[in-house]
Amino acid sequence: MKILEVRDLEKSFGGVKAVDRISFHIEEGEVFSVIGPNGAGKTTMFNLITGLYRPDNGRIIFLNNDITKTPTYMLIHFGIARTFQNMRLFSNLTVLENVMSSLLSKKTYNLFSAVFRTKRYATSEKTAEEKARGFIDFFGLSGKEDYTASSLSYGEQRRLELARALSTQPRLLLIDEPGAGMNPKEISDLAETIKTIRQRYSVTIAIIEHQMNLVMNISDRIMVMDFGEKIMEGTPQEVKKDKRVIEAYLGEEME
Amino acid sequence: MRFFSESRIFLVVSVSLYLVMKALFAFDIISPYIQQICLYAVIVALTAIGLNVIYGYTGQFSLGHAAFYGIGAYASAYLTKILAIEGVLPFIPVLVFCGVVSGIMGYLIGIPILRLRDDFLAIATLGFGTLVRVFLDNSDKFAESLGGSRGFVGIPRITNLELVFFFLVFVVIITRNLIHSRYGLFWRCIKDDELAATSVGINTTHMKLMAFTYGCILAGIGGALYANLYSFLHPSNFDILRSIDFLIIVIIGGMGSIMGTIYASIIWVGFIEGLRIVLPAQVLDLRWVVIPLLLIALMIWRPYGLMTKRRR
Ligand SMILES: Nc1ncnc2c1ncn2[C@@H]1O[C@H](COP(=O)(O)OP(=O)(O)OP(=O)(O)O)[C@@H](O)[C@H]1O
Ligand SMILES: [Mg+2]
Repeated sequence: MKILEVRDLEKSFGGVKAVDRISFHIEEGEVFSVIGPNGAGKTTMFNLITGLYRPDNGRIIFLNNDITKTPTYMLIHFGIARTFQNMRLFSNLTVLENVMSSLLSKKTYNLFSAVFRTKRYATSEKTAEEKARGFIDFFGLSGKEDYTASSLSYGEQRRLELARALSTQPRLLLIDEPGAGMNPKEISDLAETIKTIRQRYSVTIAIIEHQMNLVMNISDRIMVMDFGEKIMEGTPQEVKKDKRVIEAYLGEEME
Repeated sequence: MRFFSESRIFLVVSVSLYLVMKALFAFDIISPYIQQICLYAVIVALTAIGLNVIYGYTGQFSLGHAAFYGIGAYASAYLTKILAIEGVLPFIPVLVFCGVVSGIMGYLIGIPILRLRDDFLAIATLGFGTLVRVFLDNSDKFAESLGGSRGFVGIPRITNLELVFFFLVFVVIITRNLIHSRYGLFWRCIKDDELAATSVGINTTHMKLMAFTYGCILAGIGGALYANLYSFLHPSNFDILRSIDFLIIVIIGGMGSIMGTIYASIIWVGFIEGLRIVLPAQVLDLRWVVIPLLLIALMIWRPYGLMTKRRR
């Protein structure tokens, strides 16, 4: 089943066609990777899907709903969560608060419950906190719940952002360059984490990544972009062998 | 319901403080002039807490807080005068009503301007503050009793110790409960990173509007208490300098600290009024040379506020 379908998506910034008539779809349950050189338009594509930018043309369909014009904040409630290339944590908030923010953004309790501290307030807060702690634990951050996000190490911040995105248990998780700035050991841990969360939470994953070994290791299908255009799409095997891809991106053939 | 659950200590402290004040007032240990200043400090605290929600917690820089304070003050002055209200009990619904009026104004103004980013928001709120000031200066053209630039006279004196304490305690508890709920968390998320806040599913427009409206409600109640404390209002009480007063209090008290705001209000009012007593009239305006210098020193020495500890 198609979980996400993108049709003829276009976005220009001034004269630059950042995304140029791109169409693709993502199957439920797969890991779908987007690769391409710097400035190819990968992040712009994610920003279009999550409503941070409005496309000039084209449509985005998620589980048979047209979400082209859906405001960003509603997408979590549809089941789409994301992380950012440059990380967007709430740096002055604690680890626990970072994760709880997304959990509580669902309709948990109302203003009346908040002001008068009803039972509903207490149980919702408790449930959210327990859930948040579970995810913090899963991403190896337990013991750091009360640390501010900015005090974590780079790798920990990356994991916290994943925890925050995953905690809402989305159907589709968009991850933008999770491997940036990581050493080989961290990359292989990351590959394991992605495989685990895919199974454990049966979430579909779309990932932008430059680290080829990571991409080849985890992806079911790969889309290659260059200058805003889609060059090709296929399995890791097919992508490795494609002439255009090798020219545009890989530089040399990989074994 | 656990309305008071997080505020037990605060309740005990404020009731004891009330009793001490009551004794001081009742036995005329402090002069009526000082008594008035004490009540005024509590009113300032209540209003500043409103700005703290808007600016300290949610990060929406407002230079128009005094305008909403003024709207509440004039609304209350007008209502208590034409309705000839004298008792405390009939005054309470008027206070609530004035809060609502300011809140509605805040809501309506907030819809267009809260989309703006920091510096533009400052200009827009400043513009609104100026608009209100100009309106108040010419208010006698709409209703003679508002007094225009001559000031509003003959407002019934109703505000007393019980009333200001009751409202302060009530407001502090509600504000605390809000801050420690998902709404407070969303406000702090917005202040920290608005784009990330939208991405985790927070309706940021809605939440900013809510914080702004709530802050304006508190300003309206504060203004109403103020009007019926001094029995005289002048448009110059609600201009940009007054808005800056409130900002200074929020900054001194530590952005995002309710108790800090209360302490800072008391210190600030004590300081300003104290100088008025100590300094001869000719040099009084030197305050506005000394105060900015002190503020600059404060921002260098403790940029996170005087009352709050540095965060890790
Ligand atoms: N907000 C914006 N305003 C103007 N131009 C933009 C904006 N966002 C992206 N661009 C431009 O669009 C093009 C695609 O950028 P994008 O960030 O999508 O690339 P990318 O594939 O994610 O690259 P990288 O691998 O470096 O992250 C670039 O030329 C970029 O300068
Ligand atoms: Mg990018």
